Formats: sequence, C-alpha cells, structure tokens
Amino acid sequence: MLGKLSLDAIPLHEPIIMGTGVVVALGGLVVLALLTRYRLWGYLWKEWITSVDHKKIGVMYFILGLVMLLRGFADAIMMRTQQAMAAGGAEGYLPPHHYDQIFTAHGVIMIFFVATPFILGLMNVVVPLQLGARDVAFPFVNSLGFWLSAMGAILVMISMWVGDFAATGWVAYPPLSELGYSPTTGVDYFIWSLQISGLGTTLAGVNFVATIFKMRAPGMNLMKMPVFCWTALITNILIVAIFPVLTATLAMLAADRYLGMHFFTNELGGNAMMYINLIWIWGHPEVYVLILPCFGVYSEVIATFSGKPLFGYKSMVYATSSIGVLSFMVWLHHFFTMGSGANVNAFFGIMTTIISIPTGVKLFNWLFTMYRGRIRFHSATLWTIGFMVTFAVGGMTGVLLAVPGADFVLHNSLFLVAHFHNVIIGGVVYGCLAGMSFWFPKVFGFTLNEFWGKVSFWCWLIGYWLAFTPLYVLGFMGMTRRMNHYDMPEWQPWLQVALVGAIIVGLGILAILIQLYVSIRDREQNRDVTGDPWDARSLEWSRPSPVPFYNFAHVPEITSLEQHWENKEKGRVEVRRYEDIHMPKNTGAGFLISVWSFILCFALVWHMWLIAGASLVATIITFILRTYDRDTDYWVPADEVARIEGAWHASMKEAA
Amino acid sequence: MAHSPTRIAHREAAHGTFTSYLAGFGICLVLTGLSFGAVMSGMIPHDRIFPTIVGLAVAQLLVQLILFLHLGTAPEQRNNTVIFVLTGMLIAIIVAGSLWVMHNANTNMMPTHMSIERARAKD
Repeated sequence: MLGKLSLDAIPLHEPIIMGTGVVVALGGLVVLALLTRYRLWGYLWKEWITSVDHKKIGVMYFILGLVMLLRGFADAIMMRTQQAMAAGGAEGYLPPHHYDQIFTAHGVIMIFFVATPFILGLMNVVVPLQLGARDVAFPFVNSLGFWLSAMGAILVMISMWVGDFAATGWVAYPPLSELGYSPTTGVDYFIWSLQISGLGTTLAGVNFVATIFKMRAPGMNLMKMPVFCWTALITNILIVAIFPVLTATLAMLAADRYLGMHFFTNELGGNAMMYINLIWIWGHPEVYVLILPCFGVYSEVIATFSGKPLFGYKSMVYATSSIGVLSFMVWLHHFFTMGSGANVNAFFGIMTTIISIPTGVKLFNWLFTMYRGRIRFHSATLWTIGFMVTFAVGGMTGVLLAVPGADFVLHNSLFLVAHFHNVIIGGVVYGCLAGMSFWFPKVFGFTLNEFWGKVSFWCWLIGYWLAFTPLYVLGFMGMTRRMNHYDMPEWQPWLQVALVGAIIVGLGILAILIQLYVSIRDREQNRDVTGDPWDARSLEWSRPSPVPFYNFAHVPEITSLEQHWENKEKGRVEVRRYEDIHMPKNTGAGFLISVWSFILCFALVWHMWLIAGASLVATIITFILRTYDRDTDYWVPADEVARIEGAWHASMKEAA
Repeated sequence: MAHSPTRIAHREAAHGTFTSYLAGFGICLVLTGLSFGAVMSGMIPHDRIFPTIVGLAVAQLLVQLILFLHLGTAPEQRNNTVIFVLTGMLIAIIVAGSLWVMHNANTNMMPTHMSIERARAKD
C-alpha cells in the first residue's frame, strides 16, 4: 500500500532541513488560519483556483515563480556560503550528499519553476490583450496547464522533507542517475516533477500557438502583430517542438529505473551518451524559450520609454525567427568534450557562433530605438539598459565557449557557471522583472512603487556582477563546478566576494517584496485611472486598468502596427453600441485533474502501485467527465458591459 | 454578431468535395493493394520488397495529407502546411543530427579496437 514510504523517509537527523520544515509548516498554518479567519476559501476557489481568465492565470504563474525564486535563492546562498567556508582542510557546514541535492534543486527550480512560470505568466497576461482577444484559444487547458506546473513545484518542495531530491546535477546524466548509482527516490522525484510540469508547459505552448494563429483581431496580419507576440509565437513553437523530447527522454530514464530496462546503462547495448544527446536537444532550445519573450519585453519597454516606434520591427521579427530555427542546430556545444570528433565539433561550434548574429541585430535595434528618443528612466528602462550591458558580456563569453578548443579548457568549470548565469540573470530575470513593473498596472489597476523598484534594480545589477565576475576568474584558475570543498586557499577570497554579491542579490529580492507591500499599501495614490500610465503604444493600453474580465468591449479593428499610438495621434474614439459578450465559464476540472496527477506522481515516486493506479483512473475519469460537460460558456449581457465601460469613462472624466 | 472568445474556426477551413474524398479513398485502396501485392505475389525480388513498401507507404501518406487533411498551398491552408513542413524539418534535424553525433561518438569513444597495451604505449 505505502510502497517504499516509511517514517525513515523524513530526514529527522538533518537540523537544517528540519528547521526549514518547521518554519514552512508554521508559515503554512498561519496562511491557512488567516484564510479561514477572513472567510477567503470561497473567494479563493471561485475567483482564482477555478478561474480560466488568462490574466488571473498569469498572475498565479507569477506568484508561483516568485515563491519558487525564494526557494531557489535560498539554495544559492547556501552554496555560496558553503564554498566561501570550505577551503583548505575545512569542510563547511553542508555534508556532500545534502550539498549535491542543493545544487541540483537550485538548477531544476530556477529553470522549471521560476523562469518558465515567469515567462508563461507574462505571455498569459499580455498576449491576448495585445492580440485584441477575449481569452486564449483553450481557456480550460490554460487552467489545467498552470495547475500541472504548480503540482510539479509542490512535488519538488515535498522532496525536501519526505525522502531526498536528486543529487545528480539539474540534467541528471546517467549512469549517475540510474538505479545503480542513485538508489534513493531523489531521481524519481526529479523525473515525475518534470514530467508533470513539462506536460503543463506543453499544453500552454499548444494553447498559445493556437491563440496567436487564430485569435488575432480583424486586420491584424502577422506583420502587424506587436513584437512581444512574435517572440511569444516563436517561443511556443519551440515549446511544442522540444518538450515531447524531454518527456520521451525522461520516460526512458524512468523505464530504466522502474522496469529494469537499459536505454542508458552500459548493459545490453544501452548508451548513456544518447541521454546526453537527447536532453540537450531539449535543453538548448529551452534557453531560447526563456530568453525570447524577454527580448519581446525589452522591445516593448524600450519603445514606450523612448517615445519612439521600435527601430527595425521587421529585422526584429526575422532575427527572432532565425534564432528559433538556429536554436535546433547547436545542442552539441553542451558536450563538445564527449568525443564526437573534430568534424562534428566544428559544425556545432560554427552554428553556435552564427546564432550570435541575430542576437546582435536585436541589440543594435534597441540601441537605435533609444537613439534621439526622449528616454524616461522608469525602473523598466533601467532593467532594459542593465540587460543590454550585462547580456552583451554574457553573449561574448558564450561565443568564446563556442570555440571547441576553448571549451575543452573551460568545460565544467566555474567559467561556464558564470556564463550561463550571466545570460539567464542578465537576460531572463531582468526581462521578467521589467515586464512585471511594466504590465503590473494593467492587471491590478495601480502602478508599482518606483523607489523600491530602482533599489531592487541596483541591488540585482551590482549583486550580479559581484557574485559572478569572481566565478569567471575562478574558471580560469581551474576551479570546477559543483565542488563541496577544495584544497586551494587562493580560491577562497574570490568565493567570499561572490558570497557578498549573492547577499546583495538577496537584498534585491527583498526589495521586490517590499516594493509589492508598499505598492499595495499606497494603491490609492498610485491608481491608474487612464489605463495608459506610460503613454504606451500597443493595444492593451487602450483599455482600463485593471482590464475588465472580458478584455475588449468591442473587438478592435486593426489598421496599424502600433494601433493604440495611432488612435491617440489621430484622436480616434470608438463609439459603438455594446453587445452581449460570449465568455468561458470557470471550472474546477483543471485543478482536480492536477491534484489526481500529483497523487499519481507522488505514488509513483514511492512505488505505491495501488494508489498510483487509482489516481490514474481518477485523472482519466475527471477528464472524460469534463469533455461531456456542455455547460462551459455564458453570455455577458450588453447592459453589464455598458455599466462597466461607463464607470471607466466616468472615472477618466473625473481625473481629467 | 457577437464575437465568441473561442472563435477558433474563424476562417472556415477548406473541406474537400465528395469526389476528392472518393478519389483519395480509391488511391489509398490501390496503394494498399500494391503493398500487399509486392509482398505476397512474389513478383518483386526479395531485396527490393522493403524499399518498395516504404515507397508505397510514403506515397499513401502524401495522398492522405493532401486529400484528407487538405494540406496545400491554398491561402487558408498555408499556415497548416508551413507548420507541417517545419515539423518535418525539425524532426529531420533531430534524427539526422542525433545519428551523426552518436555515430561519431561511438566510433571515437569505443575502446574495443585498442588493446590496453597499445593504449599504454600511446601508440
């Protein structure tokens, strides 16, 4: 019944883990008590958990990303502390097995449960609004996809206190991740949390491709689509193309571990190199999945705050598309040293350097957009400029690593670690935070506090450079990644500087939390009554903030790439009769299916076959019942639309 | 007319005519028959059977894509066709690339053709 699960699975002898567990449990109890005290359960269920509104799902993705960012950062600061201490004979405070789990969890969480939710959250909020649509193509699938991702995150969190997590590094190379070398449930947690959240991400990808192709407002052909939607389109095509590869690869690893197969072991003709090949066919396009929407954010931000149309819209579109295709031809640069030989390495090395060309085109486009613009230094602008400076350096170290000869020296060193943090923090994190401060008023109706936004930016910028420049140096000094302790005393000062940098990044995260608190407290002063707080250019800013749940009272007619800007220039005002609006109904099916899938995955981790079977059946039955549900939509009466729109017009007049 | 949020079939996809479906069905029957014939009649030399039925299968695939799934160059189908071609290209890159990478890795990394003594002597 309970499979391998017993009380021994709880690491009672680990004071750090149990201490954290107590704090988390107490925090959870406080939240539950507050929810009950203020009778918020019904509200939570009706307005959020069952919601199919793309804006609310976007917000939930962002909350998931922020919560997991705290966990991922806690892992980071623990690793930095350990390495700052454990020089010479010292062993630091983290035993090797725990340390290995921490660096694995850090990578998995930051990629799958921080960066991915952030970009999916941004796309959820922005894409339908920019397209002039009332929701995504498949609202129920959207809700299902989010909850599956959230369950994956919960599974990773649970692994901390029940059993252990993988100690293999975030891509879990075999043979280390095979049963012979990782006999505990750690790798199983890794497999099932990625399978469940990967399914969620795939569904989101399918949904957005359909939305962007089929739900653009009349008149919006592809070349009149805002750049953010273009980057979202390419990203989602990549998601649909690569996540099945991840699913299949992990399924084969699971078959090795559960069914005694030998896909990636040396026995019976298996080959561990095939896993490495397959995981990077997914893994390399995945980093473009993360960075492309952020490029879209920067494009929107820099055009708005420079008061100019984006320079080179068409070249931006072609650069994005060619990055999308090229990202499929570079995966081998993650394993130049595996031994495919000079021809193969030369091909992939050249392809990798070529991919920096469209990226360079983008950088120049942003610079030319700023050139002779009236730049306003909003915190979103600061994030964008910080990105351009930081990312350019990360790109150059990437091109250096793309030279196979150089890679043989730097492979697996801290130089590599510094490089990918350089592009992921400087590109993805800055982009998501820029997007958050840019679009926050559109969702909540008030702007974020600027002072704390700028504090956060400077902490992140200085903290990043202080934390990772030493790692570049240490890479040249020969320090490899993932070391628990080391014998070289001359490395220690650099690692202590890196720790200081990490602490400053931590202050940046703290500043975000303070910013959210202060902004919510002062929301009445920061109310956005016009719906267009930044004097922006695309369609979403033509609507009130917060956007009504039906998005658009009238489906807009598109005549221009920057529709909202053109309307403002020409003083165009729409006066039309309001009509009934067709909207999707909320449903708890997505949440329920995800809960069953969560139980299924947890049971599979612990080999509880009975529970696993039952929850699989429950998942399928819930899904079938949902497909027979014909009561999935309703009409918003025209009077209701007129009332909501009227209230907005009145409040705008009052403000003016 | 009010717009629904799920106006997915906004531009009605092209449907075939009765004749085109019938023609497709007929061609598929013929191609299937030819495949069985190639194996069972004994008219095709043994070593040609496999390439023949692969060729016939691909032909049938194309017939079904064009006549049943309506992929083609018509304006309303162009998106689907482009996506299909892109999918084909990505699969080709992944499969061909993996075979190339793994073939080279296997050739270079298999130590079986080198004895330990020769490796020690750095021969």
